[in-house]
Amino acid sequence: MNFNTRLIHGGVGRDPYTGASSIPIYQASTFDRRRAAHAAYDYARSGNPTREALEELMAGLDGGAGAAAFSSGMAAISSVFMLFRPGDHLLVSKDVYGGTFRVLETLFRSWGLTATFVDTSKGRAELTGALRPESKGVFVESPSNPLLAVTDLEMVASFAAEHGLMSIIDNSFSTPYLQRPLLLGFDLTLYSATKFLNGHSDVLAGLAVAGNKDLAGRLRFVQNAFGAVLGVQDSWLLLRGLKTLAVRMRASQEGALFLAGALRAHPKVRRVYYPGLEDHPGRKTHFRQCAGPGAVFSFELESEAAAARCMDLLELPLVGVSLGGVESILSYPAAMSHAAMPRAEREARGISGALLRFSVGLEDPEDLWADLRQALG
Amino acid sequence: MRPQSIMAQAGARRDPGTGAVSMPIHMSAAFQHQALGRSTGFDYSRTANPSRQALEQTMSLLEGGAGCLAFASGLAALDAALRLFEPGARLVVTEDLYGGSFRLFEKFGRPQRLDFIYVDTSDSRAVADALEQPGVRGLFVEMPTNPLLKVADLRALGRLAGEKGALFMVDNTFMTPACCRPMEYGADLVLYSATKYLGGHNDLLAGLAVSRTRELAERLAFIQNATGAVLGPWESWLLLRSLKTLSLRMKKHEENALAVASFLRAHPKVGRVYYPGLPEDAGYALLGSQAQGRGGMISFEVESRTRVESILSSVRVFLFAESLGGAESLVTYPIVQTHADMEAGLLARLGLNDRLLRLSIGLEDAEDLLEDLAAVLD
Repeated sequence: MNFNTRLIHGGVGRDPYTGASSIPIYQASTFDRRRAAHAAYDYARSGNPTREALEELMAGLDGGAGAAAFSSGMAAISSVFMLFRPGDHLLVSKDVYGGTFRVLETLFRSWGLTATFVDTSKGRAELTGALRPESKGVFVESPSNPLLAVTDLEMVASFAAEHGLMSIIDNSFSTPYLQRPLLLGFDLTLYSATKFLNGHSDVLAGLAVAGNKDLAGRLRFVQNAFGAVLGVQDSWLLLRGLKTLAVRMRASQEGALFLAGALRAHPKVRRVYYPGLEDHPGRKTHFRQCAGPGAVFSFELESEAAAARCMDLLELPLVGVSLGGVESILSYPAAMSHAAMPRAEREARGISGALLRFSVGLEDPEDLWADLRQALG
Repeated sequence: MRPQSIMAQAGARRDPGTGAVSMPIHMSAAFQHQALGRSTGFDYSRTANPSRQALEQTMSLLEGGAGCLAFASGLAALDAALRLFEPGARLVVTEDLYGGSFRLFEKFGRPQRLDFIYVDTSDSRAVADALEQPGVRGLFVEMPTNPLLKVADLRALGRLAGEKGALFMVDNTFMTPACCRPMEYGADLVLYSATKYLGGHNDLLAGLAVSRTRELAERLAFIQNATGAVLGPWESWLLLRSLKTLSLRMKKHEENALAVASFLRAHPKVGRVYYPGLPEDAGYALLGSQAQGRGGMISFEVESRTRVESILSSVRVFLFAESLGGAESLVTYPIVQTHADMEAGLLARLGLNDRLLRLSIGLEDAEDLLEDLAAVLD
């Protein structure tokens, strides 16, 4: 089955009892176990048919051996960190999502899992330089948030295999529609499904997809033991969101290409970060491993005051955190997605107060451009 | 804002209290009054519900109407439209229309002393003649028709109905406002089974009626409140969610439908193919002049009923089910499913025989659909 068809029919798409075209919302916490036919389910934390339909679909889309759905992207990421032991060490992309940085530097540091932040977009030498005997995993984002830096994924996967590290990627920006890292040798993909996978800004959800059966089993163990599972309604809504993933990504990406190009030519814009632009330093690597530039870009204005003014004047995009919705969303990374990062850390990563991030929705791109033009003055 | 932007932000910016991007689902039957005679505008959900209203106002804006009402199903919306007419009124209606509409006209309209004149509405002259008959008060048109996809000339019919003072109603279910906006051609009332493309996921039942004038919208609101066939808040919210991807979905439905129709046309075991996106289709040019899209519905004939049965039991990607307009491709057998209530004589005259199958083309990869059809036809 081709990818677009899998989005519609993959997983347990139909109810075997009634033939309903949409999987029922099994709003049940427990299951009667008197009959053998019911033995597959006992308690909804360990398994629920609606959530399972979503998990099977995602495993198939990503080319993985199994998936687990969580109550948020951070719940998925934290659950994956629990696959490690106290004393272990991780190599992590330098400009990782602020929430990932926070959970590593606070909760997991005190738990005994430590991390070194490296610029994985600079290549293998950076990783080698930070490697320690107790290193057990490497965690990357590509393209990264919010600077859209590109990391060579095959390089990371082969580095990880050589050194016995678990390779993990947060693939929220690209989704399996554009990028399937498990097929490039990664062990595990993570998603804030709140973003493009669901795409309607109305559900919080996280997903982890394992590349092999053993890892999928360990992931399920953490999911059941820690219990940060995705609710049934949200599982169903996410399944519904996935049916339009391909058409949404295609349209949003088209809009992003147009707007990033237009902004780059605007005199008040100092710099645009987007792998779809010719001069993006990671462009060649990106297109080797990813089918498109995606629908998020960042741009830098002349000053913090100019960024504040632009945010004030924009009418069409929602100004707020999050991304990947049908509505365009403008974010101010310094105060929003990366507020959890200390100022010095932030600036060292190039996330200045003049930087704005734009997640392109499904509005008519001409409307968005007219709005941006008036806001830039 | 252009239609695509209205759709993308359907339901947004409507909750000033929290700023929630997504319209809240107001699962509330009643609303508190601040004091005697002081209402928030919402009293009881049958009369108005904030989630339903967000949907109604978005649809009205998309359609270019003065007001929209959301009903529990497409037929509930049509039923409300019929109640606009006084006993004794006659309506000119499309002859090859949805079987459920036919049933409603015959089994409920007739006992209430409404009369229906069935004509081929793709023939404007026949419509003009029918409108000359005494007592005609309304014209109801499906464009394109179900299941034979005949195209009526909306401009011409709008003019004719206007001259006669007949209420011009268009069932725009197959087109949606992403492809066609009948009010631009004089429609007074646009009706939808929103269960189909507007909902688009085969997971909800809903109907909509959009009025061109405030006066008509108010009369329908009175009927809706009095008879009570309203759409629930959860479905209203799901439908708002669906509108966000409507134009994207319609484009993909059409792209896939064109591939399937071209494949069927060239297949030796397939007889007639009905799809107004094929250049040789009778309605091709006319549809292009009044719509921005061709839709995703196709009908076609095979050589025998036996072949129909074998297709229905062996399709693997298509689902054999009644309904249309969803992400999943469906195959329907009109004579047994959607049009079972139509009399044999009319069916025969329309060319709606037991060798005809209807396809609702979904959002799958077109190659998978073609492979599925190739396998069951060979």
